[in-house]
Amino acid sequence: MTAETEGRVYNVGGEDWDEVVNAASEAGSEERLIVNMGPQHPSTHGVLRLILTLDGETVTELRPVIGYLHTGIEKNMEFRTWTQGVTFCTRMDYLSPIFNETVYCLAVERLLGIEQEVPPRATVLRVLMMELNRISSHMMAIGTFGLELGATTVLLYGLREREKVLDLFELISGLRMNHAYVRPGGVSQDLPHGALEGLREFLRVMPRQIGELRALLDANPIYLARTKNVAYLDLAGCMALGVTGPVLRATGLPWDLRKSQPYCGYETYEFDVPTQATSDAYGRYLIRMDEMEESLKIISQCVDRLAAKRPKDDPVMIDDPKIGWPARLAVGADGLGNSPDHIAHIMGESMESLIHHFKLVTEGFRVPAGQVYTSVESPRGELGCHAVSDGGTRPFRAHFRDPSFSNLQSLSAMAEGGMIADVIAAVATIDPVMGGVDR
Amino acid sequence: MTSENVPDTGGQPDPAAEAGEDRLAQQVERTGMFGTETTGDTSGYGGLQVRRPDLLSTARPYGSYFDEIADRLAEGLERDGAAFAEAVSRVVVERGELTLHVPREHLVAVARLLRDDPSLKFEMCLGVSGVHYPWDAGRELHAVYPLLSITHNRRVRLEVTAPDSDPRIPSLVSVYPTCDWHERETWDFFGLIFEGHPALTRIEMPDDWKGHPQRKDYPLGGIPVEYRGATVPPPEDRRAYS
Repeated sequence: MTAETEGRVYNVGGEDWDEVVNAASEAGSEERLIVNMGPQHPSTHGVLRLILTLDGETVTELRPVIGYLHTGIEKNMEFRTWTQGVTFCTRMDYLSPIFNETVYCLAVERLLGIEQEVPPRATVLRVLMMELNRISSHMMAIGTFGLELGATTVLLYGLREREKVLDLFELISGLRMNHAYVRPGGVSQDLPHGALEGLREFLRVMPRQIGELRALLDANPIYLARTKNVAYLDLAGCMALGVTGPVLRATGLPWDLRKSQPYCGYETYEFDVPTQATSDAYGRYLIRMDEMEESLKIISQCVDRLAAKRPKDDPVMIDDPKIGWPARLAVGADGLGNSPDHIAHIMGESMESLIHHFKLVTEGFRVPAGQVYTSVESPRGELGCHAVSDGGTRPFRAHFRDPSFSNLQSLSAMAEGGMIADVIAAVATIDPVMGGVDR
Repeated sequence: MTSENVPDTGGQPDPAAEAGEDRLAQQVERTGMFGTETTGDTSGYGGLQVRRPDLLSTARPYGSYFDEIADRLAEGLERDGAAFAEAVSRVVVERGELTLHVPREHLVAVARLLRDDPSLKFEMCLGVSGVHYPWDAGRELHAVYPLLSITHNRRVRLEVTAPDSDPRIPSLVSVYPTCDWHERETWDFFGLIFEGHPALTRIEMPDDWKGHPQRKDYPLGGIPVEYRGATVPPPEDRRAYS
């Protein structure tokens, strides 16, 4: 206890809650109990710390404290090339890495003025990966939501389905997370053999699996009791606090950047924007379930488009040797590696190609000076990237407007005045990812 | 130089020559081409001087819906007794995006108008992004506010500057409550003081941290690291190409 501490201090060591409550009630009802929840708490989605002021079981004040997962990603990116920046920003919101990569690459492409030259196949692959990612992220959100309300089965179901997406990610990009798959100018590689079959199998089994989760939760009386009219936040509150994503759509406003300000050709896909008018945790859950079903529709359209053209006639990286990464990958005798044709070309045939390769890899490409703001609809809301270039080969400043950061601010508005048990539901319904909040 | 090899402009000043003089008067941004400062650059580009371009400013018409935003904003400002030219120092349309440069004393009024005017209705502020331009004397610190209108499906960006010697910008929390954490973050990383913020404390860095790490003059530290016989210098000493 420090000299500045006011009032009585109770140290909680576990299994002694009764003593604490008795001691607090003896002190008289005037006294408020201040509980420090987190930063290492299983239901705070990473390292989020909540300072709760309690009056009995009612939360009178809630203050979120963040910063425990700050890794300086934005600063680090200023010391790497524009292409290397992808490997940093993919690690921010680790449950939706493809969105981080895409929004950053869209910003770099707009700075370069090459938005129209990104090959269509690369754009379809970006959409495909983003929608797969949306499903994996929502599965995690719903799974942990269930776990935090006390239903472990939901988490197991959610993780099981998420695993299917991660397997596809591993097949397509080579990694389960931190993919660095989307690059300025396109994507790192085309679909490997067997990917289309894997995607079709995924599309075949997934509707049933989502149905299974729905059967478990949609009308479950315990679940309804824990989520209906809980963590209420209406439209005016969302607007003032800058809340986007499922939380905003649960107020009945069909605001989805994929529809309202389309990017990556989303205007050419057929899908709906699910909304609910309940403004509560249950409405947000329903929206996440509906969105996964809409994502399946988009994935199926992506698969049709990818299957329609032979990959050979359809590049996935911009046809500009000053920007497109030269290292084309090929399956060699000893597994995946640099394309032997490319190596033979730069080492044996063309001095200029070798120089270009060397310059692009060591120095990177220059990006004209200026600033842009791009945004995509991530599973949690509007993910924005404010990128500033001074004309050099590194980002002068890359700032990410992470939706979790803004949405987490609304936690006090959702939870104050409610029961302490509903704080858990409120945190889970925002679905914050601390990697994205703290960056 | 003799009079024979100078083009005859009939006694009038030559605009091209004047533009060249203006260009030469501007600040040198970088010299050389390949990031080397000692010998080793035999390319002949060592004497290259790249000068910093003038501040961008777009003239009307701005295109797209940008003219309408400027018109409505000018009308609204006039109603409140302020001139558009005073409250918006520069308008920049770049890469299809509209940026309004607002002097800091007019920020709150402009933001309130952008939010409340029925023909503007920028209901949502998407945060604050600080940028530090150490060379931009008198306007080193910038705060950038992307605004979004859901009603009209439009975007606009406000940019405010403050000198390093007086890093103060009025807080927008009274207009957009969402700016609360964003302004704390910008204070934490850039040292911009948002006047009128209810509790301007650090948010990402520890409370007792010294300095503001996203500033360009923040020392990074680090030691050279040996790797396979070669040495990788700390980040600040690495070769940069810009």
